[in-house]
This record gives sequence, structure tokens and C-alpha cells, in this order.
Amino acid sequence: MALMKLAEAIEQHVRDGQSVALEGFTHLIPFAAGHEIVRQGRRDLHLIRMTPDLIYDQMIGMGCASQLTFSWGGNPGVGSLHRLRDAVEKQWPHPLAIVERSHAEMAVAYQAGASGLPCGLMRSYVDTDLARLPGAHVEEIACPFSGDSLTAVPAINPDVTILHAQQTDAEGNVLIRGIVGAMKEAALAARCLIVTVEEQVERLHADMNAIVLPRWLVTAVCIVPGGAYPSYAQGYYPRDNRFYLAWDGIARDRQVFRRWMERHVLAVRDHAEFLRALKVAA
Amino acid sequence: MNARSDFAPAYTADEMMTVTAAQQLRDGAVCFVGIGLPSAACNLARLTHAPNLVLIYESGTVGTRPGVLPLSIGDGELAETADCVVPLPEIFAHYLQGGRVDVGFLGAAQIDRYGNLNSTVIGSYAHPHVRLPGAGGAPEIATFAREVLIVMKQSARSFVPRLDFRTSCGFLDGAGQRRARGCPGSGPRAVITDFGVLRPNPASDELELTALYPGVTLEAARAATGWPLRVASDLERLAVPEPADLDCLRDLHARTRAAHDKPVRITLPA
Repeated sequence: MALMKLAEAIEQHVRDGQSVALEGFTHLIPFAAGHEIVRQGRRDLHLIRMTPDLIYDQMIGMGCASQLTFSWGGNPGVGSLHRLRDAVEKQWPHPLAIVERSHAEMAVAYQAGASGLPCGLMRSYVDTDLARLPGAHVEEIACPFSGDSLTAVPAINPDVTILHAQQTDAEGNVLIRGIVGAMKEAALAARCLIVTVEEQVERLHADMNAIVLPRWLVTAVCIVPGGAYPSYAQGYYPRDNRFYLAWDGIARDRQVFRRWMERHVLAVRDHAEFLRALKVAA
Repeated sequence: MNARSDFAPAYTADEMMTVTAAQQLRDGAVCFVGIGLPSAACNLARLTHAPNLVLIYESGTVGTRPGVLPLSIGDGELAETADCVVPLPEIFAHYLQGGRVDVGFLGAAQIDRYGNLNSTVIGSYAHPHVRLPGAGGAPEIATFAREVLIVMKQSARSFVPRLDFRTSCGFLDGAGQRRARGCPGSGPRAVITDFGVLRPNPASDELELTALYPGVTLEAARAATGWPLRVASDLERLAVPEPADLDCLRDLHARTRAAHDKPVRITLPA
């Protein structure tokens, strides 16, 4: 584990053309890291995330991605991700290849990736068009013991997984609390793991069975308070549902979106400045 | 679109749908909840006739009792009020695929007469007219929940003769095909719309209108369906919602609006 500035971690570990998973299911979405990737102008990324959420809407709209693997691409409780839709429907700012899976398939694919397996298994869901999509890559197989019909899902092994978590300790172990989604599996499936955290503490006061990523699994830790905003960090700050509602209006129009990103992401130095500009932090 | 004649009820179509959906849930059932109207219906049921309803949200919150409705499927409120919070792969593998969910709630952009659903694209997949959010957990909920409730606004654009894309299965092509394929769950039990309730015919599996809301005409329901709508011989006329249910639902929405409107403040270290 190396403790470093977020800008350095992205500079050193995220390269054009890589597959990158910023995970966290509604909770602990690594917005600060995504913004840093936008600021550093990464291109041609294969973005992977169960729910692209606003962070991938922003990265796709800013031209960082040429491919997206996902399972549900909406603004939760609000509606569309307009930048994702514009990329798929009108190829703006450029074409985006999509690999579409269900939530359970993504979970199984990350688990397989984390477990060193080439594929994961699940019980087949019955006859939908998802299995017939180009690039769906699911195969029906028969269980060798029972003969039951199973679906094999190829593993996901991102080049880089990026997470946001609550705490790191003096040695760099990382504690994740609350809704954890597939964060642990995505972390263990990756070749390189970058974690931003709310704070560094001397010791993690974690329950014995808490989710702790041991320091030797973590490539880089960056201390970025508020790093999940406008999503949230349980125990630190709540989800800014007003921001998610307001994003619908910002993202609907290409020029409004570009101006917002230029002003709030490209023109600021770091996440603290972003939070202050939005008057979320004093 | 809404041919409701001169009837001016003291409640909205959304409220009628929510109350009707809530009434489908029996106390003690384990329910896999989607965001939006299903979440409102499940919590209304829990706060009224079904206090022991077990609510599971796909974010991994099990047995949650939110005081306000979440905007997203993973709001902190759901985690703070849950019996336990488990990793997402466990929700799908252990709880849903493991056969521990009684009722799954789904919505979609399109439905056909056999309760198959589209939440992926309008138009062709390669060149979609509208790119919708996609599958999420719907295909596996549709497959593994013991039964499925569907909540959708009814119109000729959404109740279609042929789906543009089949994201989740209902009864496939009907007449027992779903059972013949060995699908674990029994499929859609009811479709709750803004006109009334449709249920599958036991022999053909085709959805037929079994109940109409107060003030809604059969002609209007037919006009809002993209296929020749069959009507049950014992078509029921539902009563207006109970004032106590409406009060409870309106309180819930008022609390929710107040909570979602609170500004977020983050304190950065000096």
C-alpha cells in the first residue's frame, strides 16, 4: 500500500485504453476519483460498473470511455442518464460500445474474477433477449451432477478497480461500512486497486466480521474527505438527493452539461475545491 | 389519453395505484422491492395492514423499515433501519436465487398480453429510438420470486401487442409455457395500472381485466391497451381508497419530501 495524493494515483495507475471499474452501489461512489480521471483527460477507457450513475454519465459525456459494461443505467428514482443515452442513441461525443448484463450476472462475474475462476455460474433465467445480445457472452450449460440448466458468465477482471471507503488505518488497511454492493468482489478481481477514504485513523475499530480490505491488497490509498459526494458515505454525510434531481436538468443539454463540467470539474484543482464551489463544504 | 369522463375523485391515479398495489401484499410475506411506486406501496402496506412484511431492497438491505421513502435503491435510510445489510451478490444468490423471496415487484416501459416485460430499448437494439436504463435485477426477480406484481401506467404505447425487446419473462407465449420450461417462480399474479387490475387467465395465461377503479370506463381501459383486451366475466368494481390509507400515504410522501429537501453539508478538515 502506498499513501498518495489522488492526482498521483490516477497519473500512475490509470492509463488510456484500460478497463476500469469504479464500484459502490449507490453508496460510496468514487466521484472524486472519476473527476480526477476527467481532469487528466483519460481516453478510450472500458468503464465497468453495475449502475453507471452520475459519475459515468459525466465521464462518458466528457469523452473518457469507448466501452461500457453495466447492468442498470438510469438516474435512480429520477429517470434517464442523458449523457449515456446520447452516446448510445446519437454517438455523442463519440460511439460507445455497450456490454449489457443483469445485476446477478455482474455480481457472479465479479465473484468469479475475485476467485480466480474463468467464469461463474448461476441458475438460468428463462428465455429473454438479453442472452441473444451481441457481446452477451453467456452460455447455457448442464450441471454435470444434476443435469440442471445453468448459465455460465465470464469473469470480470478490471485492470483497475477504484473504490471510496470510510477509513484507512496507519498501516493502510481499509474499512467499508454500510451498503457495500459488489465492492469487495470488484476489489479482489482487479489487478490494481485504488481506494479513496474519508479519513485516516490510528486504528480501525471494526467488528470482527466487518469488511476490511487488507493493506497488501491495496495499491494506493488517497485521503479524500467528501470523495463520494453527491453519493454518500454512511456515518459521514447523506446522499444529496437534491443534486441527483438537479442533474437531470444539467445533463439533458450538451452545452449546459459541458459548461457545468468545465466550471465544476475541469476548472477546479481537486475535490475539496469542487465541494466548496458547490457550497456543500465551507 | 385519460378518458375519465366527468368523475373528479379526491385522490390521484398514483394514489389509487399505490393503495391497490399495497392491498396485494399479505402480512409476513418476504418482498423484493423496486424503487418508486412499488416502494411506496410496500411501505404503505407495512404501515397499515401488514406490519410484519419483510422488505428487501437489491442494495442488500434486508428487513428494512424506512421512515421516509428512499429516492434511490441504496439510500442510507434503508441501511440504518435494516435487520442486516449483506453484500449484493448474496442478495441475488442466497435470497433471490435461493428461493427465499415471496413477492417481487416490477415495472417496465412495455408489457405484452402474457406479462413479458421490456425495460431495455424502444426501437431496435442496435439503433434504439429510446435507450432505457436496462435490466438491473428484473430478469432474475421475474424468474425466481414466487410471484410477481407489476405496476405500470396503462396506454396503447406501453401495453403492446409485441415487445421491442424482452428483458424479463412473464408467461412467455402463454398456455403453460413458463411452467413447462421449469421456471422456479409462478410468474405475474397481477398487473396494477391506473385503470384497474389485470390478472392472468389460469388456462391461457393471457392477462385479462379483472377490476376497474371507480369512475373508469371499460371503453377507456380497452382504448389504453394495444391488444384486444379480454375482460373477466366477474369484473370487479373497486371501492375508493380508505381515508386512513390515503392519510398514511400522504404523510409518508410529506416526510419524504422534507427529508429529500434537506441540504447536505460536509465538514472538511482544516
